[in-house]
Amino acid sequence: MKATVHIFLKAGVLDVQGKAVEGALNGLGPVQGWGGVSNVRVGKVLEFDLTATDKAAAEAEVKAMCDKLLANTVIESYRIEVA
Amino acid sequence: MKAAVLVFPGSNCDRDCKVAVETTTGAQVEMVWHEETSLPSNLDLIVVPGGFSYGDYLRCGAMASLSPVMAEVVKAANAGVSVLGICNGFQILCESGLLPGALLRNSGLKYVCKPIELTIENRKTRFTSAYGEQKTVWMTQGNGDGNFFAEPDVLKGIEDNGQVVFRYVENPNGSANNIAGIVNSAGNVLGMMPHPDRAFEPALGSADGAPLFHSLMRVLQAA
Repeated sequence: MKATVHIFLKAGVLDVQGKAVEGALNGLGPVQGWGGVSNVRVGKVLEFDLTATDKAAAEAEVKAMCDKLLANTVIESYRIEVA
Repeated sequence: MKAAVLVFPGSNCDRDCKVAVETTTGAQVEMVWHEETSLPSNLDLIVVPGGFSYGDYLRCGAMASLSPVMAEVVKAANAGVSVLGICNGFQILCESGLLPGALLRNSGLKYVCKPIELTIENRKTRFTSAYGEQKTVWMTQGNGDGNFFAEPDVLKGIEDNGQVVFRYVENPNGSANNIAGIVNSAGNVLGMMPHPDRAFEPALGSADGAPLFHSLMRVLQAA
């Protein structure tokens, strides 16, 4: 099965990269013809293959991976897709 | 005094830490590779050094915190052995759960590398008792992810328990409450972003890091 994990800083945690990108987008806006950008969050996406064939089992496995290594739940939240 | 300095792939202050501990305390210091599944016996101090373990990939300190040797460090810390994490070592201790909170990207987005002044907030810890009446210290800072964060209730707990050991005089990175270094609730694990290992004799620009190591010696001599 293929797993996809999306990891972002939690809503209450300042995302300084997101703020910088937001500033750049809004700064470029008048020239590029876009604008009004807010709440930019920069996250991570991980993709990997699993030998598991059962979806529920694979999801449980990936959740354990997130809690142990892939995400730091003090500051990050994650979303798992298994297909 | 018997000390160990951990070495991860990407550590770069491991030798600095060894020299700092040896020079300031005369201790016997062993270097311990991260794949070890046991620590030298009768350790008084374990230093988790600065650097870029595992290239800072995924999150600073995340993969190092799951190294085989860290399971032994957690056991030793729970048994009361002194553990000092500096810079990347602080990040590793937070990731391992030995210290509360986490270190985020610096609020100014820049790698901050400069001498920095700190106030000593708790001079009763085993890491600070030798500072006497000294109010502030100079050490150097060198990191891109030194912005200490903890949830409000965790932060309040750290403050109320006197776990804040060092604070920045001028906040260089957005750290909550200007926090530069904290101890665990038992007081035997210290994590700090500034480097006492780069400030232990005047030739380095500051000797203000030396009393930190002297403090640990005092504890042993008193025991």
